[in-house]
Amino acid sequence: MQQDSTKIPFWRDIRVLKVLFQVIFIIGIILLALFFYMNMLNGLERQGIELSLDFLMSEAGFELSEGIDFDSSDTNLKAFWVGVVNTLRVSIIGIFCATIVGFLFGIARLSSNWLISKTAAVYVEIFRNTPLVLQILFWYPLILTLPKVRESINFFDSIFINRRGVYLPSAVPADGFNTWRWYLLSGIIIAIIVVLGLAAYRYFFQDRELHETDRPSFVSNIILGAKWVAAPIFLTAAIVGWFLTPEVSFVLSKPELQGFNFVGGINFSPEFTAMLIGLTVYTSAFIAEVVRAGIQSVVKGQREAARSVGLKESQVLRLVVIPQAIPVIVPPLTSQYLNLAKNSSLGTFIAYTDLYAIAEIINGKTDQSVPIFAIIMASYLILSLTTSAFMNWYNRRITRFGSSS
Amino acid sequence: MNENTTNDPIIICEDVHKWFDDFHVLKGITTTFKKGERAVICGPSGSGKSTFIRTINRLEEHQRGTIIVDGIELSNDLRNINLIRQEVGMVFQQFNLFPHLTNIKNITLGPIQVRKMSKKAAEEAALALLERMDIADQAYKYPAEISGGQQQRVAIARALAMEPKIMLFDEPTSALDPEMISEVLDVMRELAHSGMTMLVVTHEMGFAREVADRIMFFDEGVVIEEAAPADFFDNPRHERTKLFISQTLQH
Repeated sequence: MQQDSTKIPFWRDIRVLKVLFQVIFIIGIILLALFFYMNMLNGLERQGIELSLDFLMSEAGFELSEGIDFDSSDTNLKAFWVGVVNTLRVSIIGIFCATIVGFLFGIARLSSNWLISKTAAVYVEIFRNTPLVLQILFWYPLILTLPKVRESINFFDSIFINRRGVYLPSAVPADGFNTWRWYLLSGIIIAIIVVLGLAAYRYFFQDRELHETDRPSFVSNIILGAKWVAAPIFLTAAIVGWFLTPEVSFVLSKPELQGFNFVGGINFSPEFTAMLIGLTVYTSAFIAEVVRAGIQSVVKGQREAARSVGLKESQVLRLVVIPQAIPVIVPPLTSQYLNLAKNSSLGTFIAYTDLYAIAEIINGKTDQSVPIFAIIMASYLILSLTTSAFMNWYNRRITRFGSSS
Repeated sequence: MNENTTNDPIIICEDVHKWFDDFHVLKGITTTFKKGERAVICGPSGSGKSTFIRTINRLEEHQRGTIIVDGIELSNDLRNINLIRQEVGMVFQQFNLFPHLTNIKNITLGPIQVRKMSKKAAEEAALALLERMDIADQAYKYPAEISGGQQQRVAIARALAMEPKIMLFDEPTSALDPEMISEVLDVMRELAHSGMTMLVVTHEMGFAREVADRIMFFDEGVVIEEAAPADFFDNPRHERTKLFISQTLQH
């Protein structure tokens, strides 16, 4: 018999209760936040501090040598920006290096070669089980004990390593760059138009003939086009442009010893190098474990089937095991990327002027700790959320297969 | 012997031994399979029958004795192992299809990567095989999207795509729902009539009686009886074989 729902008293009606609990929960959170906010305002008032963002536009009054050009007459806001760029620089390069090193050690740890797997195990266990601060404080002095500038370790007269850091050659835009970049721009525009046109043509005409389940989406057509159409068009434009431009667009700048220091090329400071090594080594130990777990999650039968069709061990790994391990690896890998980005704030211990270190300096000069820490928290949050959004997108893209319909 | 069987030996096993740690799984198997022969291997679980056919393409390493497949000795020579694996196709109990690839890509992986066939030629061959397996319409689906019986037929097509001289079947119907067993057995029957050398580990005694040239009965790591199906089922010599036949035929 159908029960008339209007007869249920509201305190027993599941539908009402569900909403009610959520409303009570939200009100509770708001009250709690309000309490802390009032408390903070009271505290600040007692200390005679007024909340304001004016300090952002005032002169910084300190020097920064790392990253973008900055001197003491620039604003605090620009100092923040220098910090953001430094944090991004060490995080992005660190994530790139840690991923490669981590994959190598993760795969090595599963090697049937005793020496290789034990070496990988020792690496992972040492660097995973000691605090990162300790590791950074170990690498930094090690770099400072490298040879003096005049006795630099020299690779092919292009790469120099000394106690002031690492010097690498770099490409610098030259006279022809202003002309060349128009070729690049037109290459991009033509590529976009052609790819969109082709994707639309395929989507609306060609793909209609395919069976529904086998029909590629508009986005996958664009990705396919980007790979096979856009890239060749862009490269052609770049190469043609390079030869049609009368002047050279880029010159190679090699580091050269002038007076007491090297000039030209790019320079990684000892602080940056120590942070990069520290973050890479520490995070790669965790990534190695993530990769190992991912590979081990692929059942034994998959390897056996791959071997039975005659694939070599390297092909078994590359074509069968890794593609199935990736969806398992990506979510924990994302956590490791986020950890690396946040751990870059430990740069403050060796005076690597990342976002957090700069916030501390500004905090020491002004009394605006609340907005300062709100700003850096927001910055890290944006950085982290962007990273995880990208990784989630990537994860969705690669895990379409195997879902039973 | 069937009409396709020749007198040329294709697999020669001599005194094959295998241990898993202390457990002696294979205790000296000596036998020869001829080109075109269909052998059914049966026996209770743990008797070593699966391990035996897995030694033939080196999914398991034998520790004593010799195995020669199509004139190539299985040793620790990596090149020999790879050559033999190209000549020997295998079908597993759990299908072991690659879940990240569509059915057709499961089939073309070996021919493209190992035989260096062109993508187009490999796909045409794969579609022909799927047609033969009666599942051409499933080519562009993923394994998880089709039934167990269809998956096992894709797995057979994957093994056949390498154009092997020998096919090994390791309990190919044991993981299937009852109504899907016959569709897989039909395909195997058709394959048997085409003259393929087949070693089949199975509990399907009806299939064995109908298709096999020889039935080998394994128990505790040795072949205790081998005979043509008629002899095997009607005049079993060993008590152990009689017990096994009476138990399996009850079902």
